[in-house]
Formats: sequence, structure tokens, C-alpha cells
Amino acid sequence: MSEALALVPKAEAQQSMKDFKSDQEVRWCPGCGDYAILAAVQSFMPELGLARENVVFVSGIGCSSRFPYYMNTYGMHSIHGRAPAIATGLAASRRDLSVWVVTGDGDALSIGGNHLIHALRRNVNLKILLFNNRIYGLTKGQYSPTSEIGKITKSTPMGSLDAPFNPVSLALGAEASFVARTIDSDRKHLQGVLRAAAAHPGTALVEIYQNCNIFNDGAFDTLKEKGTAQEALIHLEHGQPIRFGAPAEDGLGSKGVVRDQATGDLRVVDLTADGVDVTQVLVHDAHAASPTTAFALSRLADADTLHHTPIGVLRDVDRPVYDTDMAEQLEQAVVQNGKGDLAKLLAGGDTWTVAG
Amino acid sequence: MTSQVSSPTAPGNQPASAGVLGEQRQPAKETKRLDRVIIRFAGDSGDGMQLTGDRFTSETASFGNDLSTLPNFPAEIRAPAGTLPGVSSFQLHFADHDILTPGDAPNVLVAMNPAALKANLADLPRGAEIIVNTDEFTRRALQKVGYAANPLEDGSLEGYSVHPVPLTTLTLEALKDSGLARKDAERAKNMFALGLLSWMYHRPTEATETFLRKKFAKKPDIAEANVVAYRAGWNFGETTEDFAVSYEVQPAASAFPAGTYRNISGNLALAYGLIAASSQSELPLFLGSYPITPASDILHELSRHKNFGVRTFQAEDEIAAIGAALGAAFGGSLAVTTTSGPGVALKSETIGLAVSLELPLLVVDIQRGGPSTGLPTKTEQADLLQAMYGRNGEAPVPVVAPATPADCFAAAMEAARIAVTYRTPVFLLSDGYLANGSEPWRIPELEELPDLRVQFATAPNHTAADGTESFWPYLRDPETLARPWAVPGTPGLEHRIGGIEKQDGTGNISYDPANHDFMVRTRQAKIDGIAVPDVVVDNPDGQADTLVIGWGSTYGPITAAVRRIRREGGHIAQTHLRHLNPFPPNLGEVLAGYRRVIVPEMNLGQLAHLLRAKYLVDARSYTQVTGLPFKAEQLAQAIVKESVDV
Ligand code: SF4
Repeated sequence: MSEALALVPKAEAQQSMKDFKSDQEVRWCPGCGDYAILAAVQSFMPELGLARENVVFVSGIGCSSRFPYYMNTYGMHSIHGRAPAIATGLAASRRDLSVWVVTGDGDALSIGGNHLIHALRRNVNLKILLFNNRIYGLTKGQYSPTSEIGKITKSTPMGSLDAPFNPVSLALGAEASFVARTIDSDRKHLQGVLRAAAAHPGTALVEIYQNCNIFNDGAFDTLKEKGTAQEALIHLEHGQPIRFGAPAEDGLGSKGVVRDQATGDLRVVDLTADGVDVTQVLVHDAHAASPTTAFALSRLADADTLHHTPIGVLRDVDRPVYDTDMAEQLEQAVVQNGKGDLAKLLAGGDTWTVAG
Repeated sequence: MTSQVSSPTAPGNQPASAGVLGEQRQPAKETKRLDRVIIRFAGDSGDGMQLTGDRFTSETASFGNDLSTLPNFPAEIRAPAGTLPGVSSFQLHFADHDILTPGDAPNVLVAMNPAALKANLADLPRGAEIIVNTDEFTRRALQKVGYAANPLEDGSLEGYSVHPVPLTTLTLEALKDSGLARKDAERAKNMFALGLLSWMYHRPTEATETFLRKKFAKKPDIAEANVVAYRAGWNFGETTEDFAVSYEVQPAASAFPAGTYRNISGNLALAYGLIAASSQSELPLFLGSYPITPASDILHELSRHKNFGVRTFQAEDEIAAIGAALGAAFGGSLAVTTTSGPGVALKSETIGLAVSLELPLLVVDIQRGGPSTGLPTKTEQADLLQAMYGRNGEAPVPVVAPATPADCFAAAMEAARIAVTYRTPVFLLSDGYLANGSEPWRIPELEELPDLRVQFATAPNHTAADGTESFWPYLRDPETLARPWAVPGTPGLEHRIGGIEKQDGTGNISYDPANHDFMVRTRQAKIDGIAVPDVVVDNPDGQADTLVIGWGSTYGPITAAVRRIRREGGHIAQTHLRHLNPFPPNLGEVLAGYRRVIVPEMNLGQLAHLLRAKYLVDARSYTQVTGLPFKAEQLAQAIVKESVDV
């Protein structure tokens, strides 16, 4: 068991997906991508084998934030944007819990942006699942901080004006120690990413592209449909050359990511073209100490067309974990000053006695 | 100063505790006995006046006088030197009897520069002693604060007893062999002043020397310089002819019940109260906080006590600070967030969530002048209505207020009691005056502290018709209406809570109109039903038909004012509220028993507003929002006026 979950008690008996389903009726719109994510998480949790009572889901506000109600664990559906802050207090004070945050693009990146970046910076033992549907669903279809420029919505009838966030780039810039991206409809990939996130000590940010079939249907179709996905998606695997697209003669993708010698930036090349050296293709290193290459990878995606969107674990490095260090300071304080003695504390300083 | 007794005692008739410093030295001058003294130290923000005041206070506390202090400093860390806005002061009132306030008007002003003199002179009664650092009365310094002529020379200080002392020169002279640079040596002039005042008032000196050596342990030459300057100040008082008289203020032994005492500021007492509440509830303390004046000292203090299992979390903002605290409360901590008014405004939504989640959470508001940024370092009581009503929806929150600096300890424990017993956020409304002011505190024995232990839920609490057992997070205790506190990690009690309206009992999401109506009323009933003690009315002769009622930090000034009125033969009843929500059960009856109810407050009448609304009583406001506490004399006059003008 990884260090991340070392202090969380284990389940006594084998668990199944059923154990993690609550008795509450799921109330997302039929066809919503959230259903697939819920099923993927519920069927993944038994694999961790954690005592169910030591698992907590905390969410903010938005469609995705109803998630905790459907998990038969402890849960809190809090207020808009604040889930990372609330979960930080819980995780920092209870290291025997596995704490998960479920949030959306509006919740995490608009109203709660500050808490998200600080949670990542602190590296508290939290797993943050960011459902990105590039729209406000619960408030009925306004553009979100991940919507493409020019998005026509109820609040932007002439098109939105502001440039979107790339959540992965943002997280990397916020000193995140673990950043991954996956897609609601690809259960196998999603669970693989969850597995890596769960094992990571510290804050893990998992961006999940999620289809809102009511207000932004098909937002990620390019990445899902057979015809386009092959050219659009870049599957990242640690230790593997970053290749995608139709298979080349060696069976791997015919396109590859290489470093531009002149600028140092990354770019996509056609490996079948004349004069291209396949050995130049970058090998993905999720554990690289510097986030520079991961950041460059995150910038390959075109915000409008989603072409060259990397998915998988972009970054997974060890860094001091906030709650572990906090607990250590508490222990250290006892070693240095002895266990707190209330009577002694109150009677400290200059005192004088008045006789009766 | 009618109560200031001065009776010369024979020289040489000194108590042993009066300054024996270094070698054998008996003050050979006249000693007068006083029953109380008010001293104000004033200087530039960089002159170390707060430290000087603190030290004099410690000396005074360990001597056994009763005392009360009023630090007053600008919001800027170092306002431009020598200017009026840069003046920092520290007032100390000490006596041989029980006193209640830092005093209205200083008997002694120590003015380190012209700005300090100008900013404080208006507060001095004629006859007061003024000790000035003449070295700073240069033409430029005088001009800077708009003195056309030197007030030390133009006769404008006639009527005061002025002691011109070249403090800087004397300090430099005393330190000429120290090897310190002039700038560093000059800095010790506050200790010279402290030494002089310590001689004047026969303060014990040993603790200050120990303190200085400890404070500057890493810079022994600076420590030594401060000690030398301090002693030089003492010797100067003893030898110079300008200071012909020294004063003795006897310990206030009879004013204090037996016990061990220490001097304590409001913020320190509050921090200790939180640690004690954690210990008495057997819950780990979790503080989520964002730095803000004048609350930050509580964060600093609690951060030093990690060996009590205290977790302090300095958050990215006020919202995260309370959010993290609420998360910790869900996990079973005694959760606290500390802030001031602007921070409360940011926390409001989360307080509402805590109301809905029904989790224990202490919201400590060290009030300061508002609105907006207002007066960060000055005091006010204008957050009462914010604490009562500053949330969306019907979101009742209990409100508790300490009355004096030392009382912050007990008030913090009381707020914790309500929070954990009733599973609710609780406001603790202190203020800048209590936070920074100090007074003697009888250190309680641990046996005297309340038992705050709580029971977490451990087993299902509901059985369905078919016999299956389950846990209902909103099934209430019929007595307190509190819901069970089931912390993660408890098997079988997995449950989800949230800010959406919940079905009574199950806690499941419910939009049912009747259920919402029921839940809103039930949450209100829970707060209304909190057990709080009756108010006690002080009406010694039973003849008063006017009641003065206050809350929070006005306790000292109101009580002092009431005493004055009674001394003059007036009949006034007094009561003071610790609980502002819910009000004490007998309050309506008490108010109805008086012809006139007067409510002094450092706001524009917020408690008066609540009393009028709830009890239909014609409560009269007397208000002040200067950023400073009431002065007892002024308040006494106002109360007398209000009580007769029908
Ligand atoms: S509005 Fe969109 S995101 Fe929300 S539940 Fe419906 S489909 Fe899902």
C-alpha cells in the first residue's frame, strides 16, 4: 500500500461496487457524463480496500458536486468553490482518512480558484476530481472559465470574450505534485488515473473531461470518436515515447512529440516524413523534478479544436506532504517541550500570590 | 482625581520591595503615598512605547497592584517619524484597590517627542506631571507638528508640573563605554525612561533586567546596554533634584480574592481559554486563521502550543480559514476561526453552512473600528448585528461576549460549551480594547474548569419498520435539539450532509415546503433553547429606577461610572450581558422592572436595537464611536443625565 494511504484502516472484508452506492436516487440529466464517472469511481473504490467509513467525499456546488450524495461513504456537499479548503482542514486533522474532492470547472476555477491553487501548493493529502464540461450546467448554461473564446451562451449572446484556463497548465503552475487528465467515457483510462492518484502522497489533481449533454453536448467528441480521436489524443505513459496518430510501421503512432532545438518548446512532427529521426521523440517522464516539460505538454492542446490533447498522468513527483509535516511538528513540539500541561501553561509568566 | 490620596510618609520608611538596585541604595527623598496613578507613555511608533508600557505593567502586576491598561497605536507599522499620526502610546492605571478601567486622564505623561506631547496634552488634567525628552524638542521636530514656539519655553505648559529631561543625551552618556553605535545606543532611551518611572513609583526591577537579558539573548551587548540605560534612569531619578518626590502605591491585596495571579491581555486569555476548552472537551484544537489586526496574536499564541495537539492553519484567505476549521469540525476537532469584522464579512457564507450542517465551530471576532477597513488598531463594538444577522436565510448563531481582558478566558470556554453541546457555530465577540488591554487574572485551578466532554455518535439511531438499523444524522436530542456528531471513521454511520435543505431526521435532500418550514423553525428553536444563566442585577440599595445595561468590553467603564454615581449618592442599577443570543431568560423581566433603561455602547445602538425589538422596552442609547473606550467620568455624567431627563 502506498504511503498516501498507509494510515487509512483497511476494510475487513472484500468490497464490491455495491458497497459504495448510497441509497439516494441519482438526479443528473439522463445521458450526463457524470453517471459514467460515478460508476467508474464506485467500481474502482473496492480495489483500494479501504474501510468505507474512512473515506470522505467533499464537494462544492454545481452538477458534479452532488457526487457525495451518491457515495456510501462519509460526505459533505459544501458551498461554491470551498471544497478544497474544507477538505484541507479535514485531511490535515485526520490523517486516517482518504479524502476526495469533487468539483467542476466553475466551482474549482472560478469562484474557488484561490483554494484550488493553494491546496495544490500546500500538497495536502487530497484527491481532487475536477469534472470539466466547459460550461455552467446547474445555473443553466452560462460559459465557464474553461469555455473556448467566442462561446455563445445565454450570458454571452455575442460570444464570450475571455480566454479559458487550461486546468492542467494552471495546476502545474500552482506547484502541483500530481496532475492528470482523463475522459468520462473511457472507464479503463479513468480508473488507471484514479489508481495513480490514490497512490500519490499529497494533492492529486485529476481533470476529467465530462460531457454535459444538455448545455454543451459533444464538447469532447473530437477526443472520443474513433475517426478523430486517434489524431487528437496524445496518450501519455511514463517511460514511453510520446507517439500518437495512425500506427507507423513499428506499430506505434505515426506522430510524435519532439523538442524544438531552436526554441526548446515541444512540437508535434509527422514521423513518416523524410528526414525525421524517430529517436528524437520525447520519452514521457512523469517523475521529472522540473514541471517544465509537463507544462509544455499541456500547452500542445488547441483550446478550440482540442487537437493534440494529452491525457494520462502528466506529473507525479514526491514532495513534502502538508499534513504529514504538520503532524511531525506536533510530535516535535512534544519532544522539545513535553506534552502540553494546562496547569503549567496557565500559571506561566510572572505571577504573584494573594493570601486568603 | 478626588480619590487620589496623597499622604507623605517619612523618608527611609520604605517597604523592602521598593527598588533596591544593585548596590545598597535607599531613596533618601520624600515619599508620598497614592491610592492610584494613571501613567501614559507616548512616543514615536519606533520608540518602543508598547514594550516600555508592558514592562512597567509587569513590574506593577508583580508588585501586586490592581491594574488596567490601554495600548493605543497607529495601524502603520512605522508612520513617518515625529508626526502626530505616528504617535504610539500606552496607558496604565494602577491602584491599591480594585479598579476597572485604564483611567480617564493620565496623572503622568511621558512624552518622548513634541508629537507625543501635542497628541496627548488635551487628555491631561491641570496639575499633571509631564516628563519630556527635551533632546527631541528641536526646531524641526516642533515645526513638523505645527508648534510655532517651543511649548517647554513659551509658558503654554503652565499649570502642569513639567520635568524636562534630556533623555537621549543621558542615555548616550550612560552608554558611552558600551561600544555601541550612536543609533543603537539611542534606542535604549525608552529603558532610561522606564528606569526613571520605576524609581518614581518604587517598582521592583529585577524582572525587567531578567526580561531584557532574555529578550536580547542573541545580542548580549544590546541587552547590557538596555540594562545599563534602565539603571541609569533609576539612578537619575534618585539623584537629580528635579525629582524631589517618589510615590508609593500599596499592593491591592484586599481587592483580590486569595489565589495566584498573573497579568494577562485579552488575546492571551482567549488563546488560553481555547486550549483549556480543547483539554476539557478532550477534542483536538484546530485553528483556521488568516492574519488580521487585532486578532493575529491569537494565531501567534496558539501556534506556539503544538505540544497540546493544537493545529494552526494559516489559510490563503478568510474563507479558507473558516472552511478548513469547518472541515476539521466534521472530523471531530474543536474547530476555531479567529478574525476581525472584515474577515467575518468574508466568512458569512461558511457560517451559514455551519448553521445548516449543525457542526460546532467557534468564530472569534476581535472587533475593530468599521465599516470596511475602518480603524484596524482601534476598538469598537459594531459587529453585534453582523454576528446576529449577517447571513442569508434564517441562520441563528449564538453570541457570547467577554467583559474584561481576563474574562476572555472564561468566555472562550463558554462559547466552546455552547458549540459542542448544541452543535452550532458560536460567535465570540471580543474587541481591540480587550484584546490588547491587560489586567490581573486569578489563575484558576484545573478543577474549577467546566467539563466540556461530548459524546460522538457510535451506533445507528434509527430502526425501520422491517427492523433494519440505520443512522439518521438529523435525528435530534429531544432536550437540546442537537443532532448527533458522527465523525468519519465510525463504521456504520456513513452519511452525507450539505448546505441544501435536509429532510428532518434522515438528512436527505428535501425541497418539501412543510419540511423546510419545520427545519427553519427547529434550527431557531435550538438556538433559542440554549441554556444560559440569568443576568444578575447589581442594585445594592434596591432603590434604583434606572438600569444601565451593557455588553462586552464596556463593562469596566460602565461599572466605574456607576460607582461614581453611587459615591455621589445616586441610585443606579447595573447589569451586563455575556450572552447576546439567546438573551438570558430573565432579561425581559429585569428590563420591565425599571423606569429607565440606558444602554452605553461603542456603536450606534445595536444592543439597544435588539432590546427594543425583543422586549418592547424604551431602551435609551448612549453611544461613542471614537475608536477608544468610554471614559468613566463622561459616562457617569451621561447616565445621570439620561436617568433624569424624562
Ligand atoms: S446540466 Fe449538464 S452537467 Fe448538469 S446534470 Fe445535466 S447534463 Fe450533467
